[in-house]
Amino acid sequence: MKADPIGVRTGTLYLDGDRATAEGAIAAGCRFFAGYPITPSTECAELISERFPEVGGIFIQMEDEIASITAIIGAAWGGARTMTVTSGPGISLMMENIGLAIMLETPCVVANVQRGGPSTGLPTMVGQADVMQARWGSHGDYEIIAYSPQSPQEAFDFTIKAFNMAERYRTPVIVLLDECVGHMVEKVVIPPADTIEIEPRRLTDAAKDEYLPFAYGDDLVPDMAIAGMGYRFHVTGLTHDERGYPEMSVRCQEWLVPRLVAKIRQNADDIIEFDEENTDDADVVVVSYGISARVSRMAIDLAREKGIKVGFLRLRAIWPFPEKRVAELAKKIKSYVVVEINLGQIYYEVQRCAAGRCETLLSPHAGGGVHDPEDIFKVIEKGAKVK
Amino acid sequence: MSPKGVPEAVIAAVSSEEHPIAPFLRMDRMPHIWCSTCGIGTAVKALVAAFEKLETDLDKVSIVSGIGCTGRVAGYVRLDSFHTTHGRPIPFATGLKLANSELTVIVFSGDGDLSAIGGNHFIHAARRNMDLKVICVNNFIYGMTGGQAAPTTPLTAVTSTTPYGNAEPPFNLCHLAAACGANYVARWTALHVRRLTKAFAEILVKPGFCFVEVITPCSTLYARKNRLGTGLDIMKYYHDNTVIEHGAEPADTDIVFGGPIICGKFVDRDRPTWLEYQDQHLGEVLGDKYYRGKVLQGAGER
Ligand SMILES: Cc1ncc(C[n+]2csc(CCOP(=O)(O)OP(=O)(O)O)c2C)c(N)n1
Ligand code: SF4
Repeated sequence: MKADPIGVRTGTLYLDGDRATAEGAIAAGCRFFAGYPITPSTECAELISERFPEVGGIFIQMEDEIASITAIIGAAWGGARTMTVTSGPGISLMMENIGLAIMLETPCVVANVQRGGPSTGLPTMVGQADVMQARWGSHGDYEIIAYSPQSPQEAFDFTIKAFNMAERYRTPVIVLLDECVGHMVEKVVIPPADTIEIEPRRLTDAAKDEYLPFAYGDDLVPDMAIAGMGYRFHVTGLTHDERGYPEMSVRCQEWLVPRLVAKIRQNADDIIEFDEENTDDADVVVVSYGISARVSRMAIDLAREKGIKVGFLRLRAIWPFPEKRVAELAKKIKSYVVVEINLGQIYYEVQRCAAGRCETLLSPHAGGGVHDPEDIFKVIEKGAKVK
Repeated sequence: MSPKGVPEAVIAAVSSEEHPIAPFLRMDRMPHIWCSTCGIGTAVKALVAAFEKLETDLDKVSIVSGIGCTGRVAGYVRLDSFHTTHGRPIPFATGLKLANSELTVIVFSGDGDLSAIGGNHFIHAARRNMDLKVICVNNFIYGMTGGQAAPTTPLTAVTSTTPYGNAEPPFNLCHLAAACGANYVARWTALHVRRLTKAFAEILVKPGFCFVEVITPCSTLYARKNRLGTGLDIMKYYHDNTVIEHGAEPADTDIVFGGPIICGKFVDRDRPTWLEYQDQHLGEVLGDKYYRGKVLQGAGER
C-alpha cells in the first residue's frame, strides 16, 4: 500500500529531528497522537497538533505520559495508526503500558528523544542512556524493535519504518532519538507519496464465529481484529490463550511468551539494520549510533590519517541487536571501540557478542554533550595496540 | 456448589434452562471468579438489561476494564472487550473512542482502579467531557488484592491495611465527577436493579462523560472485616438506609460508615463533548482546511 498523499509534504524541507519525526509519522498514516509535553521532544507534538486538523488526525494532550501511551494503545484497537513522543522521565512512566502493548500485540510507535538522566537530569541536553531501558524497561520477557536515527532525514525515514514494522509484527516500536538529532536542523527530502511504501494492518478475514485473536501462522504474528468489526473479541494483559481468554498456568505462559519473543527473534534479519564501512582489513571497528555515530566519524578520519585501520559499524536499528555480525567481525579484528553517550550500555552488548574473540573498549560520555573526537581517537589508538 | 436448603428439583430445573442473559455473556468462561453475593454480577446484569431494552447494536459497543474483581467484567461480556492495566481503562477508552467515534465505549471498573491509581485520568476525562460511559463498582475496598483500604473507604471502616479503622477522609465519587464536569452523574446500589438498568439505558444514549456509581456488597472482605453480615444482610441495609433524592447537590451526598446512602440521578446536563468542541472550534478557525469538518459535512452529519 502507498502513503496517503494528504499526509506527505513532498519536497525539500529544513526540519529538526523532532519535527522530521512528526512528518514521518504523518506520512506513514499516523492519525492519532496522544502526548504530554517534555523537553527535548515537544517540537514533535507541537507540529503534529498543527498539522493533524488538516489531515484528519486527532491530537490530544493527555494528563500525563501514562495516559498518553495507554490512549495510543486504545486508539490502535480503534483502528488508527498511533504514536506518542516523550523523553527520559516520560518514557519511564510509560514502561508498564509498553508492556501492555507487547502483551496485546498492539501496533504503535513510541519516540523517545533522549536527554541526560537519571531523574530530571539534563532536560535540554543530550544523552543516550535509555538504550537498555528501551530493551528491558518493562517487566517480563519480551523483545523490542528500536531505531536510532543520526539525522533529521533518518528521523523521517526511520519513523516510517517504525510504523511499518509495528504493523508487520504487531508490536510497539521505539524510535530512539537523542536531543542532538532531535534539535539539529538539516535538509529533509520528503519523497512523493506514491514512492512511500506503507504496511497495511494485518486485519483478520476469519468468519465471525471462527476468529481466534491469538492464533498464528508461520511468521508467529496473529491477524488482528479491531473494535467494531463485529468479532466481539477479548484481549487482556493477563497471560491468555488463543481465544484471548486469561489462563493462569505454566502451560499457557509457555505457549504465549516464547512466541512473543520468537516473533521478533525469528524475523530479526528482516529488522536488523546497520551500515558497515571499511571492515575488510580493519584492526579496530568502531560501533556507534545516533549523534555519536556522526562524532565517531571525525575520530575515524583522524585515525585513518594516522594510518590506523579502522572500520565502522553504525547501528541504524539498535534492537534487535546485530549479534551475528558483531560475533563474525570479532574473529578478525583486534578490538571494538564502542562510542555512546552513557557509561556503557551497547558496550556490554558488543562485549557479549564478541565473547572474548577480540577486545571491547568503551569511549564513554556521561551526557550533556557529545564526545570530543580526540577522546574517541585515543581509545581507537589503544584498540589498535591490542595484541 | 449448591446453596443450602434449595431443593434438588429446583436446582435441576434452573440449571437445565439457559440463563436469560447467557447470549450476552461468554458462557465458555463460566464459572466466573466472583464470590457468591458479590454485587458486581448484579451490575453486569443491569447493563445487559439496558442493552436489551435499547436493542443496542452490540457490534458497535466496546467495554474497557482496569484491574480488580470488577476489572474482570470485560472478560465475561460478549462485546469487543479490553482488560487493560490497573487504573488505565479511561485513557485506553479515550483512545478507542477518538479513533472510532461510532463506537459506544463503556468503562467498567472498580473504585480503587478509577479513583486511586486512575484518579488523575478520571478527573481529566470528566473535565474534557470525553464521550465515555463510566460505570464504577464501589465496594469501599480493594477486592482483588485482599481487602485493603481504597480512596472510597469510609472513615473508621476496617480494612486489611487499616486494621484499627480508616482515618483518611474518602472521596465522594459522584461529587468529584460532577465538580469536574461530567454530563451525567448517578448513584444506585446493587439492590436497585431496575433503577440501575434505567440509568444505564440513559447513559448508553447520552453523549459526554457519564458516570454511574454502583454501591455493591463485597461480602467476602468488606462485610466480613466490618461485621456487616451476609450479602443478604447488606441488601437489607441498602433497603433500609437508601434515600432516593434525584437532583441532590452532589456535595451533600457523602457516604458515612453506617449512615444513609443517598441515591439518585444527581446531574444530567449537556455540555459539548470533547470531540464536538474540537469539531466546532477547529471548524470555525480553520474552515475548509479542517479535514474532519469536510468529512462530517460530506456525510451530512452536521
Ligand atoms: C500498577 C499496579 N499496582 C497494583 C496492582 C495490584 N492491584 C490489582 S487490583 C487492585 C485494586 C483493585 O481494587 P478496586 O479497583 O477497588 O477493584 P475491586 O477488586 O474491589 O473490584 C490492586 C491494587 C496492579 N495490578 N497494578
Ligand atoms: S472479593 Fe469482594 S469484590 Fe471481589 S468478587 Fe469477592 S465479593 Fe466481589
